[in-house]
Amino acid sequence: MHHAWLVPLLPALSFLVIVFITRPRPKLSAAVSIACMLGSFALAALAAYGVFTDNHFQHRPLIYDVHWFGMQGLNVDVGIYLDPSSAMMIFMVTMVASLVQIYSTGYMKGDPGYPVFFSYLSLFAAAMLGLILSSNLLQMFIFWELVGLCSYLLIGFYSHKISAREAAKKAFITCRVADFALLLGMLAIQIIFGTLNLDELSEIMPHFENYTTAGMMTLIAVLVFIGPVGKSGQFPLHVWLPDAMEGPTPVSALIHAATMVVAGVYLVGRTMFLFTEVEPAMHLVAVTGAFTAFFAATIAITQREIKRILAYSTVSQLGYMMLALGVGSLTASFFHLWTHAFFKALMFLGAGSVLHALHHKADVWEMGGLIKKMPVTGWTFVVGGLAIAGIPPFAGFWSKDEILLATFLEGHYVLFALASCTAFLTAFYIWRMIFLAFFGAEKPENHPHESPGSMTGPLLVLAVMATAAGLIGTPGNPLWQNWIFFGHPHHGEPNIPIMLISTALAAAGIGLAYLLYLKDKDKANARALAGMFRPVYKLIYNKYYVDELYLWFNRKIVDGSARMTYLFDIYVVDGIVNGVGAVTKGLGQNLRCVQTGKMQTYALVFFLAVLVITVALAFTDSSSTALVMGGAK
Amino acid sequence: MLMGVSAVHFVLLSAALFGIGLFGALVKKNAISVLICIELMLNAVNINLVAFNKYVTPGTFIGQLFAIFIITVAAAEVGVALAIIIAIFRHRLSVNLDDFDWLKW
Amino acid sequence: MELTLEAAAFWTLAAVIIVSALLVVTGKNIVHSILWLVVTFLGIAGVFIMLDAMFLAAVQVLVYAGAVCIMVVFGVMLTQRGSMEKSSLFNKRVIIAAPLAGLILAVAGFLAAVSKESVPLSGGTVPADTVSSIGEWMLTRYVVPFEAAAILLLVALIGAVFLAGEVNTDADGR
Repeated sequence: MHHAWLVPLLPALSFLVIVFITRPRPKLSAAVSIACMLGSFALAALAAYGVFTDNHFQHRPLIYDVHWFGMQGLNVDVGIYLDPSSAMMIFMVTMVASLVQIYSTGYMKGDPGYPVFFSYLSLFAAAMLGLILSSNLLQMFIFWELVGLCSYLLIGFYSHKISAREAAKKAFITCRVADFALLLGMLAIQIIFGTLNLDELSEIMPHFENYTTAGMMTLIAVLVFIGPVGKSGQFPLHVWLPDAMEGPTPVSALIHAATMVVAGVYLVGRTMFLFTEVEPAMHLVAVTGAFTAFFAATIAITQREIKRILAYSTVSQLGYMMLALGVGSLTASFFHLWTHAFFKALMFLGAGSVLHALHHKADVWEMGGLIKKMPVTGWTFVVGGLAIAGIPPFAGFWSKDEILLATFLEGHYVLFALASCTAFLTAFYIWRMIFLAFFGAEKPENHPHESPGSMTGPLLVLAVMATAAGLIGTPGNPLWQNWIFFGHPHHGEPNIPIMLISTALAAAGIGLAYLLYLKDKDKANARALAGMFRPVYKLIYNKYYVDELYLWFNRKIVDGSARMTYLFDIYVVDGIVNGVGAVTKGLGQNLRCVQTGKMQTYALVFFLAVLVITVALAFTDSSSTALVMGGAK
Repeated sequence: MLMGVSAVHFVLLSAALFGIGLFGALVKKNAISVLICIELMLNAVNINLVAFNKYVTPGTFIGQLFAIFIITVAAAEVGVALAIIIAIFRHRLSVNLDDFDWLKW
Repeated sequence: MELTLEAAAFWTLAAVIIVSALLVVTGKNIVHSILWLVVTFLGIAGVFIMLDAMFLAAVQVLVYAGAVCIMVVFGVMLTQRGSMEKSSLFNKRVIIAAPLAGLILAVAGFLAAVSKESVPLSGGTVPADTVSSIGEWMLTRYVVPFEAAAILLLVALIGAVFLAGEVNTDADGR
């Protein structure tokens, strides 16, 4: 585990190797990338094993710092920060990234950008791993931006598609907006506390009154939180995440499950000490999370594209994680992050498999009965659906239950109700999708076929994880709770009613989906319902018009103010500049008449001046005059 | 004043000659006339120098030496100036200074 | 008697110089101007003799009355065409130039008048042997300016030859 620094380094190395050496040879590039990723996974597993077998780590992280640069009042180190949380994260990220890369060998077969794609994936994984292991905020921010850059490259990977380019830009710009706030927050931290080192900050924070006021502290926490809001797709900066579907599906899986979006949750978890000190910031996190969870779940109900549904489900699940952080339970949040990574990667890769089979026909209404032709994809997808819906004993149940429990125990009953509703909606929309796509009547125009082993293999592994990953954190076996926590370990007493409620809600969601979309062959009831609530349906189908709102804001406000400043520039700034030019030109126009080119005129003026100067010197009473004029006075 | 001759007399004579030369140099059209008038001005200066040589520093020849150098330079100047005038005349077929306005913008 | 003789000589010379100079300036025929210029130079040579500068007087006659005037006549000969009667006209600057020259004269006269007391009324005695003294000064203390003047003359000679000897008529594109 002392070689944890190698974990991000190996994929970075493979990126360089692919870009500079093996790029002309796709197969070799993929092999290099996967080999490095698997090596990284092995190291991460070793590190995680080392961490989780040494009780010392429950209280003190392993920190290696190397001085990077510094000056008066600013010292920046680079280093490794290994504790149970980061060990869990690197294990999860390397595992999912490895599986995604293996899967990509099948999915991306024949693509002209094959080696480039693998190099991007490697860099993406490297950036995320670097972020996880960062020991200070500046280092984290660098990797944070690197993750953003990779997401831009990968979302826009099909750069021949306009929509892909637009989506990439949207993702990048949205994240930039958020990152700016994060940067401001970091600057404030550096200025006020004089350090960006996570370990030092965590020790300073309980006594932050010595440095600054509670109001300033809240501001810092909110600024820092805005960064994750962008990166983790929380309302209102979630708009980029569904559009990120434009990238190749393995990228979606990677972005949504393991790397990009959870970076935000991870950052908030890492800087938890900032938030716990100020109550309003915690509330903000919790409310944002709960609202995002509910909001995205309602949108997901109406969407038709398989990946879009999954994207909104990701937004929703991230909302859960934020909610858990907001109520102070790092344990529950990271537990959900952990299980979500597996079942969401599973579902995305499954969706990729479906798209691969149907030649990128994405509308779930045009699918149906796929499970007969694609048994592996179908059944693993069902496992993922059970996990996300929260049916015991699948992984999602335990983590979601943990979140609900934490919310309930903290006394946030409204948020608890909202989260419970979301649980119901989650089960409903996921199973709506599953029933529409995999069950029911087959569509004659589709000719699906099972995907190759390179794609189903990772699906099977992930299905196992999606089933079993939650078992390390059950009430009977609170391994997770003992290791990953903020402050001190806490495990709420198993609350049977809450478990029953959440299970019942999930079952009800599945049942409703079954009634509407499977039993009812021609979906008449579903259509009737949609028709009954047409305005609401339309509102939700159009994602509450948030995109349009942004567009309106952009068109009217930003462009309008830009036009104002443009006019200001044209008439005031340019006016001054041109005015100076015009005055100079006019002066020149007039003064040039003075320059006749006639020597005698010049001589005339010259002697006139001599006369004036002589008179001035001779008839004034200064001592220098007397000197110049000799004995004139 | 009429009876005695002092340095002031020579200075005044010099000033008058200088004024006449200046007037001519400013108003004449012909370049050669201007050259002549400049010679007048130089001679006015020479009178001044020689007069001061006699009245202020009679023992040394500083004033006269200056005058000699001025005569030397004036001779050179006349030579060069006439050469320039002739060269210009070849191009312009004119010695009217008002026609020579190359210096204009 | 001695004083009045000197005064008479001065006034005569001054009259000759001023009148001939005025004729130089006002004449419309440049050849006449040059002839009156010779008279002016000779008058100045007389003034130099009055001021005990024999050598300078000789130089004045040789260089100015002789060489310079001859050179100017050559210049006129090479450049002047048509009637000599209107070869040296006035331009429009008379209106400004005349008061200017008058003012300069007035200022100089005023300054000379007010500084009368600080200048010795009677001149000292200049050594009679001017030529050998000047020669000695020139080759001892003033040898550097002397050599510089020599070089200047050489350069002026070459320059004049170069400038006037240029035959290419469209050298400056006209």
